[in-house]
Parts: sequence; C-alpha cells; structure tokens
Amino acid sequence: MLIKRPSDILPSEITDREIYRSRRQFLQSVPAALAVATLPGLFSTPVFAAEKLPGARKSPFSTGEPATPYKEVTTYNNFYEFGTDKADPARAAKTLTTRPWTVTVEGEVKNPRTYAIEDLLRLAPLEERIYRLRCVEGWSMVIPWQGFSLSELIRRAEPTGNAKYVEFVSLHDPKQMPGQRSGVLDWPYVEGLRLDEAMHPLTLLAFGLYGEVLPQQNGAPLRLVVPWKYGFKSAKSIVKIRLVEKPPVSAWMRAAPSEYGFFSNVNPAVDHPRWSQAKERRIGEFLKRPTLPFNGYGDQVAQLYAGMDLKKFF
Amino acid sequence: MRFLSGLKISLFLACLLPLARLLWLGFNDGLGANPIEFITRSTGTWTLSFLLITLAITPLRRLSGWQWPIRVRRMLGLFAFFYACLHFTTYVWLDQFFDPTSIYQDIFKRPFITIGFASFLLLIPLAATSTQAMMRRLGGRNWQRLHRLVYLVTIGGVVHYWWLVKKDVTQPAIYAAVLAVLLGYRLWRKRSGPAFLNGASTQSTSRPAQENQR
Ligand code: HEM
Repeated sequence: MLIKRPSDILPSEITDREIYRSRRQFLQSVPAALAVATLPGLFSTPVFAAEKLPGARKSPFSTGEPATPYKEVTTYNNFYEFGTDKADPARAAKTLTTRPWTVTVEGEVKNPRTYAIEDLLRLAPLEERIYRLRCVEGWSMVIPWQGFSLSELIRRAEPTGNAKYVEFVSLHDPKQMPGQRSGVLDWPYVEGLRLDEAMHPLTLLAFGLYGEVLPQQNGAPLRLVVPWKYGFKSAKSIVKIRLVEKPPVSAWMRAAPSEYGFFSNVNPAVDHPRWSQAKERRIGEFLKRPTLPFNGYGDQVAQLYAGMDLKKFF
Repeated sequence: MRFLSGLKISLFLACLLPLARLLWLGFNDGLGANPIEFITRSTGTWTLSFLLITLAITPLRRLSGWQWPIRVRRMLGLFAFFYACLHFTTYVWLDQFFDPTSIYQDIFKRPFITIGFASFLLLIPLAATSTQAMMRRLGGRNWQRLHRLVYLVTIGGVVHYWWLVKKDVTQPAIYAAVLAVLLGYRLWRKRSGPAFLNGASTQSTSRPAQENQR
C-alpha cells in the first residue's frame, strides 16, 4: 500500500518555478538588485525562500541521523497562522512578506535594539545544526538548520539582573497570515523560555533550512529551534524578543493549560492528557520508535532541570 | 426493478471510491509526509460520513416520498462498517503494528480511543444482523430496537473526533451539526404526532419487519 514511485514532476522543478517567479518580481521592482544578485554571498543578504545561504560551518551539535527529505520538511508543517491542517502552510504561507523585517530585542536589557533582518543575519557566523524535531503530536523529523545560538543575540543585549525569562512574539498580521482570522489561538503567537534555556548553546536562532533561506511555511525569516522541547516551543516568524522577570504565558498554555505546560520538554514518561508520548513516528519510517527523554539531548540539557519534578513542570 | 439494480450497482461502486482514491494515492506517492496518519484519518472520516449518510436515508425518504432510498440503506450501513474495519485495521496494523500493550493502554487510557473502540464494537452486532434472515429471526421490533444503536455509534464517532483534534474543532463541529439535524428531525417527528410512533417508524424497516407487525 505504501509503495512509492517517483512522480513525473520532480518537486525540485516546482520549487524552481517559485524561486524563478519571486526572483523575477524582485528584479522587476529593484533593478539595482541585478548587480547584487550576480555576486551572491559577497554583498547581498539572501532574501527569498530557497535562495542559498552560503558558508554555514558544521557544528558538533549535529546528529548523524539521516535528514528528513526537503519535500516533507516543507510540506508537513504546524503553523496555525496559515491554517490548522499540516498541508495548509505550504499552500497559504506565500502571502508572508519577509522583507523588510525587523526584530526588536527589549525588556530587561541594557541595550534594547531593533534589528533589520539583514543585520541580524550578520550578527554571528552561521552554523549548520542538524537537529531532531519532535512534535507534541507524536511524529518527528531530522532537519538541517542554518543559524547561530540565540545566546549571541541575548548576550549583546546585556540582560539586567531582573531578566529571568525570555518571551518570543511572532508576527500578528491577519492580512498576511490568514489563519489569524480564526480564533483557534489567541494571537499573536507567544512562546517563552527560562533565561538559562535561552542561553543554552543548543538553542538556535535559525534563518535557513537545507542551506537555503527558510521557506515561509517553516517560520521565515527567522525562528527559534529548541531541539529538546516539543516543536511548538520553537516560535516562528519572530518580531519581538523580550527579556522579562515573570514566566511568559505561551499561546498554547493559554489555549489549554492542562495540556501544555511552560517547559514542554520532550518526555516519554509524561503523556499528553489525551495521547501517549512514549513513541513517535519518524517521518519516512514505518515503525514507531521510542521517544527519548529530552529528545535525546539529555546529556546537554538535563542538568538545567536538576531537582525538578518533570511530571509537575511538564 | 431495473432502476433499482442499476442504482444499487452504481452506488456500490461509488461507495468504493474513497478506498480507490487511497490506493491510487498510495501507489503514486500522494499520501503526504505521514501516510499512516493520512490513511487513518481518511478511513475515519469516511466511517463517520457513511454513518451520517445512512442516518439521512429515513428523512430523505419521508421528505421526498421516494421509496428507493430505503432499499439502499443496508448497503450504506454496511459500507460504514467496512470503512470502520479499514480504520481499525489501519490503527492496529500500520499505526501500532500489533503492539498489544500499547493498543491495550490506548483503549483503556485514551478517552478518544476508548469511545472509538466502543463505537466500533457496537457496530459489529448491527452488521451481523443486517441480513434478511437475521431480521426475520430477531423479529422487526427487536431488530429495530437493536439497530437504534446506530445513534449511539454515530454520537460516539463525533465525540471520538472532537476529543482527538488538538485545538481546531471546526471539522468535528460540522459533523456534530449534521448529526444534530438528523437526530433533531427524528425528535421533531416523534413530538409532532403519534402516527409516527405507531405506524411510520416501523415502516422504515423493510418487508420482514412489517410482516412482524400486529
Ligand atoms: C465507529 C467508529 C469510529 C469512527 C466513526 C471513527 C471516526 C474517526 C474520525 C472522523 C477521525 C478523524 C479523521 C480526521 O482527523 O480527519 C478518526 C481518527 C482516528 N481514529 Fe477513529 N473512528 C472510529 C473508531 C476508531 C477505533 C476503534 C480506533 C482505534 C482503536 C480509532 C482510532 C483513531 C485514530 C488513532 C485516529 C487518528 C488520530 C490522529 O490522527 O490524530 N478510531 N476516527
């Protein structure tokens, strides 16, 4: 039943046409960009989904497991801003304009600042991090991201002594994000980390995927990737990063407090109230595999939660 | 007669289309990133849809005055059972891969699975007594009483769906609304005349049931 044959039209051909079209729009609107486009990587900042993001270094944090194919990573997404079906974002997210884009770092910091996305991309050298991603729904992927540790950004903001938590706010614009016209979640999407979690070197601020600028449906132009937590903790299309004293209330905590906690660490021993978290289906595999505590990143992060009852702080 | 058998054959083939679509998609790499989830959801959706279509037959017949709908009701009900079997098999085989502990735990610990499983179990006696011979053996009254379980099964199906979605209840709400109309129609009929209670309701079963009437 699950025999797969290649289809006539290669996915790469379809993608190419998209890039071609967006490039053409770009060139038509900004003639000067022609010169820039001929010198990729030198002067220009990659702008459009699927454009190459050059020069990311390999990282020791990467897993050696085989990566989930690009097609699956970019067509099976939970991004409620574009609809609740996992096929929706790939169809609907083209309306998201990622340039110009700014990100404001504010709150309990000595150096609040609003960054243009182009400047943020140059803040620190890009690394390739191949991470496991475990969705709270019970499936998982392996994804090569490009970005740098979030700590690079937070360090520059110089948190004050009051900063205990970090709040991430995603774009709120129902014109660009049709899913926000429905009330499934309280918009904007908000997520939060404890400051030590946010400063952990594994916590990634990602701009790319598979060596290319993030496609809109994957959270362009920049998103968080916290690989030891369920996927929804990794906020997408971020516009604001606030350092705060009190734990932020995330969109999912607000929607269903008994089902989604602040920490949401991947934990096979703590079930979702309505389904088991003991196993997961890796996309592309037939049999389910056991879910690992902290999604297999326990060696690096378990000490962050030493002494805490993880059943209580789920 | 000719009309009826032609209708039955076309309807039978039409009822196989959801399965044909799944097979076609399966062989053409069309089931998306998570094929097992796709198959589970598609067969579940069709089980519930066939239950609702089956429940729509009596109102359709009454409102239109046509007799043919009642002749295809059994087939539609059996297709609901057919897709429920596919749905359950997908779960046990493809999703859980016959892992007895995890199936056992799911059935007893996950309310949405518990109620889905209960609905499925309740469908079995209905399918088993769908033949003319069984109808005759049970007698129209008993047969009918037994087959009222279909209301419970369908309510269970909607609740199962409602409990399994993560947040967006739009889809289960649509099914719930259709079910509410179909059940509401029956309540309204019941209220609005004893004729319905005495004669009309037994008419809705086919011939052997009427033979059993006083
Ligand atoms: C009459 C009985 C049943 C009906 C009407 C029914 C109906 C449905 C429906 C409508 C869906 C959702 C489809 C969607 O998301 O589009 C579903 C999903 C599902 N059902 Fe059933 N079902 C029944 C019995 C069962 C049984 C017996 C089991 C397992 C023991 C089961 C397990 C599941 C699972 C695992 C899912 C998918 C959950 C997910 O993908 O998140 N169902 N079913």
